[in-house]
Amino acid sequence: MRHIAAYISGLIFGVGISISGMANPAKVLNFFDVFGTWDPSLIFVMGGALVTTFIGYRVVLRRPAPALSDTFKLPTRRELDLPLLGGAATFGVGWGIAGFCPGGALPALGTGRPEVITFAAALIAGILVAKVLQRYVIPKAAQA
Amino acid sequence: METVFTPWQSLGGGMLIGAASILLMATLGRIMGATGVLAGLFSPANASDFGWRALVLLGMVSGPVVVWTVTGQMPQVQVPVSSTMLVIGGFIVGIGVTFGSGCTSGHGVCGMARLSPRSIAATLTFMLTTGLTVYVIRHVLGG
Repeated sequence: MRHIAAYISGLIFGVGISISGMANPAKVLNFFDVFGTWDPSLIFVMGGALVTTFIGYRVVLRRPAPALSDTFKLPTRRELDLPLLGGAATFGVGWGIAGFCPGGALPALGTGRPEVITFAAALIAGILVAKVLQRYVIPKAAQA
Repeated sequence: METVFTPWQSLGGGMLIGAASILLMATLGRIMGATGVLAGLFSPANASDFGWRALVLLGMVSGPVVVWTVTGQMPQVQVPVSSTMLVIGGFIVGIGVTFGSGCTSGHGVCGMARLSPRSIAATLTFMLTTGLTVYVIRHVLGG
C-alpha cells in the first residue's frame, strides 16, 4: 500500500508538472523575463498548487497520523540562517541560468529528452558535492 | 523564444501538484519536495526509506508518459539555453537546494502552505535571484 501511495503521488505530481508548463524551461524563463517575452502562466501554477495544498494540509494535518505511517515528518526549524538564505539565493541563480528546477526536471526526464538528462546529471552532481561539503569539509573548517 | 500564455492548463497542473502533495502527506506523512525526495535517495535511513523515494521519483517520470498516452503528445520541453548553461545551472541548483533544504516544490508549495517562515523566506529569496539572473543574462549580457 505504501508503495502504491508513493507511486501514485509521484505520478499525479508528474502529470501536474507536465500540464502546468513547469517542465518547459522556455516557459519558466519567460515567467521571470518581465521586461522581455513575459509569460505569466507560472503564477497560475504556483497559485493553484499553493491554494490546493494550503486547504488540503489543513484537513490532513488535523489527523493524529498519516494513513500509512506512524507520524507526519514535518520540518520543525524556524530560524532564518545563512545556509537557508544563501542556498536559496544560489538555487535561484542556477534556475535562472538553466530554466529547470528539480521539480520541473525530474518529471521531464520521462520525455527522454537529452537536455533534461544533462541537467539532471549536473543537478545530482551538485547535490552530492554539497552533501560532502556539509558532512566533511564544513564541520572540519569550523573546528579549525 | 516566445511562449503561449496558458492560464487554465497551468492552474489545472498546479492543482494536481497540490493534490499530489496532499496525498503524500495524507498517506506517508511526507513533504512532496523534489529536492528532499531525490537527495534522501543518496543517504536513505533504511530500505523502506529508499523504497518510497524511488517510487515517488518513478511516478514523477511516468507523468509525461501518461500525458502522452492520453493526449498523443509529449509535454513541451523547449530549451532555449546551451548545454554548457544546463550543466553549470544544474550544478549550481544542486548546491543551492541542498544547502537551502528545498526548492520550488518543497519550500514554494509545501512549506509556504504550512506558512513556514523558513520556506517563505527561501521562496522570496530564490524568486528574486532567479529574476535577477534572467534579467542579467537576457538584458545586460544580451544572451
